[in-house]
Amino acid sequence: MNETPSPDVPLLECKDLSISYFTRAGEIPAVIDFNLTVHPGEAVGLVGESGCGKTTVAMAVMRYLGGNGKIVGGSITYRGRDLLSLGAEELRRLRGNEIAMIYQEPMASLNPSMTIGRQLMEVPLYHDNASKREAKDKALSILDAVHLPDPARIMAAYPHQISGGQQQRVIIAMALLSNPQLLLLDEPTTALDVTVEAGIIELVAEIGEKFGTGMLYISHNLGLIRETCDRIVVMYSGEAVESGTINQVFDEPCHPYTHGLFNCIALPTTDKNARPLVPIRGQLPLPHERPEGCNFGPRCDFFEAGRCDQGFVPMRETDVPGQTARCLRWNEIDWAEHAPDRVQSIPTEVGEEVLRIDSLSKYYEVHDRSLSALISGKAVRHVKANEDLSFVAHEGETIAIVGESGCGKSTFAKVLMGLETATSGTLDFEGDDISETEVGDRSAKQIGALQMVFQNPFDTLNPSQTIGSQIVRVLRRFGQADSKGEAQIMMLKLLDTVKLPRDFALRRPRQLSGGQKQRVGIARAFAGEPATVIADEPVSALDVSVAAAVTELLLDIQRRNNSTLLFISHDLSIVRYLADRVIVMYLGQIMEQGTTDEIFNPPYNPYTEALLSAVPVADTNVEKRRIILEGNVPSPLDPPAGCPFSTRCQHRLGEICDTTPPPRQETESGHSILCHIPLDELAKADPVFSFKDTPQAAA
Amino acid sequence: MRALKSFALLRESWVGMAGVFIVAFWIVMAIFAPWIAPFDPLELMQPFAKPGVEWKGGGTFWLGTDSLGRDILSRIIWGSRTVLIYAPLATICAYTVGIMMGLVAGYRLGWWDTILSRISDIVLSFPVLVLYVIVIATIGASGINIVIAITFASAPGIMRIVRGLTLDLRNRDYVAAAQTRGESDWFIMLVEILPNARGPLIVDACLRLGYVVITIGILGFLGLGLPPPDPDWGGMVNESRSLAMAFPHMAVFPCIAISSLILGFNLLADGLREISLRD
Repeated sequence: MNETPSPDVPLLECKDLSISYFTRAGEIPAVIDFNLTVHPGEAVGLVGESGCGKTTVAMAVMRYLGGNGKIVGGSITYRGRDLLSLGAEELRRLRGNEIAMIYQEPMASLNPSMTIGRQLMEVPLYHDNASKREAKDKALSILDAVHLPDPARIMAAYPHQISGGQQQRVIIAMALLSNPQLLLLDEPTTALDVTVEAGIIELVAEIGEKFGTGMLYISHNLGLIRETCDRIVVMYSGEAVESGTINQVFDEPCHPYTHGLFNCIALPTTDKNARPLVPIRGQLPLPHERPEGCNFGPRCDFFEAGRCDQGFVPMRETDVPGQTARCLRWNEIDWAEHAPDRVQSIPTEVGEEVLRIDSLSKYYEVHDRSLSALISGKAVRHVKANEDLSFVAHEGETIAIVGESGCGKSTFAKVLMGLETATSGTLDFEGDDISETEVGDRSAKQIGALQMVFQNPFDTLNPSQTIGSQIVRVLRRFGQADSKGEAQIMMLKLLDTVKLPRDFALRRPRQLSGGQKQRVGIARAFAGEPATVIADEPVSALDVSVAAAVTELLLDIQRRNNSTLLFISHDLSIVRYLADRVIVMYLGQIMEQGTTDEIFNPPYNPYTEALLSAVPVADTNVEKRRIILEGNVPSPLDPPAGCPFSTRCQHRLGEICDTTPPPRQETESGHSILCHIPLDELAKADPVFSFKDTPQAAA
Repeated sequence: MRALKSFALLRESWVGMAGVFIVAFWIVMAIFAPWIAPFDPLELMQPFAKPGVEWKGGGTFWLGTDSLGRDILSRIIWGSRTVLIYAPLATICAYTVGIMMGLVAGYRLGWWDTILSRISDIVLSFPVLVLYVIVIATIGASGINIVIAITFASAPGIMRIVRGLTLDLRNRDYVAAAQTRGESDWFIMLVEILPNARGPLIVDACLRLGYVVITIGILGFLGLGLPPPDPDWGGMVNESRSLAMAFPHMAVFPCIAISSLILGFNLLADGLREISLRD
């Protein structure tokens, strides 16, 4: 069945594919006139923002559209066979043996009540009629192929007993078991940490080489696509707007939307003052409100009335063979001439000290009531969520706190906001130690001066109150306004500041998009004219173009108020972009801190080095040194005795790392690194990012 | 405005609309009882009349009369007042108590949660009927005491629902936002949490109204309801118990009244659930 296919017959071909969903409101076209070819051994990336139809394409290939989805035009052929004419039994065989799909949420894809081994063995047992023994051997060898340590142990484990990254490797192993010719990956690493993501990406690339599997890689992350794929298809509002090889599209994009996307993403090589982000104005049209003519028309800088809004815009070949774009004016636009109005900003002046944190620690007690714990005298154990944090923040400064999940950055935010109290250490805010003052005991002025922007836009606003009343409440609470009328006026002004129409005051949160909700969140945080705002991953849940706009807004308001911004993030590109100083955390400790330049150049703390190299870069001019970390973040209940990073460190010296806590080495400029390796030794490392040619601003 | 919108949505669910019609029918009956009822519900006329018998004093006993000669139709119409006053009143009281307990237990956690949960466990561990009998026997049978008994017996169940919803909602970012601006616990519970738990609570309230109608019927049947001679559906069934073999109409019609009202509330709850899932 798996004979080697001839390379000129494409593995997968979608031709003029149109897919619609049928709802009570009528037919909603989800994908229109979509073309795609995947050749054996080739990886094709499908990028686009949420709601652009990329997952629908994958579901259509799997023929899993659900009850209300229907393919209304075009064809999907798999190695010359028409997928649309296959019966249920043939489809089943095809899905099991030749096409496999990997989903976003690894935990949801595994059955929690079965061991990994049984789930893996099912595949050869049912699809290849293998014996139990053969199935087990096969499962063990495939777990080894996806580089899982100790396959025998993993086989006996239940899904919840292994980490998210390991779960995703198991899913990939399961997909590979049937030796598929075509692998569909739908945002396979979105739920994972960056260093874990880097490992999965490498694995996926290796699979493509080793097994010659064709891959369709769906993602919203342009950097990931660049690092994993050979060709790319960019989707916008149900249509493919541009396709070509990675180098073609990344170096010389033809479609204005693709250009816009590149202007929206921060690169780990530039910053806010040199290359401000340019958000795409407007919003993605709803499927039933698409404009006449070009879907991107209303948001495009090159829109020509009477031409771009007339009739259907077809996909066309450009000058470069293999590159196509859905734009009438692609050869009329001179991109070199076009300078998007980047607002060149002046770096903010760093003022007086606002916040001083000195050896702050936060431990949680965990009570173990088991008999063995009582006997060994370890009934109470401590989770060291924050250990010995020290840093200073000044007026007008942006400090990024970076780290992967579980590093203690959110706990720190809670202590700062007074939702938790510190175990030891001090937290001086405008002259008062507030480390042990809960929010209820803080003065209204202190509370108003220290506010927070939350991560999840869908969770940040109370769904049962209007936008206006929520902001008014904050204004009244912080004593910004004495009367209702005054508060009302200030609220409307705040809406102007975050660039929302005034009539949004009467709307409820569910009538707003994610980006708009996050703007309201920002308005709320800045209502009390805070001295310090802590933003916990404020844009990580937003689409690329929306995230750019929200980031710019946040920076703009910060500049205007001269507030200190503590920006918690796991995304080093955005950190490079907006931060003045960076703090890198791992397992509750600060591994490295310094100015942004110091962090992004040697000497590196080994963890920072690995973190940097894990960042996907959407720039073909940048070369990156690859460091793939082994293993997982240790449990904070049982951290290593010596250096917290010793279990995964690529520069591990030997026993000293495991047993002795490393010293904090500091340079004169204040750049500090927690490591046993001497600074001058660390300084010899090559930079993680380097330019291929002469550095030039992309796009 | 919002109520109107909800009603517009409800119109799309025929189940919900059927519930609305049945409940509305009984509400109209209760409000206009003096004009709709053909006879005085307490007047003793012609005992043991079968349905459809004409009275010599004028008029027809459409549903017959009971052993004392009172018109059953009039008593059912007047009896709807009892049910429609005490059932919602008892439900509202039970909800007020249950919501308060549930919010405090679910939001404060710790000792508050332990104590309130244990109290509700103890109450819930009694068979409901035994509980009613104990409470009413202790404080006596009257309309207000029915409300107290029902509140006492159903608040713990409501508390559990509210507590569960609160446990989920208290971790939302908007609750954290309220905490970080120093709002009081009561503000957070009543403004940030409670309104967002209303969906499941409204559906549950409709179902519970149905149960309370049953309960009031049962209490009336056990002689723990309103003291005679006031018309009470459960009481009417009880009074005709020994005669039910010979004169089934005396028991059947009040039973139909009880069932139809319960059905109405349940259909309404189903309809509300349907629209709450759609949103």
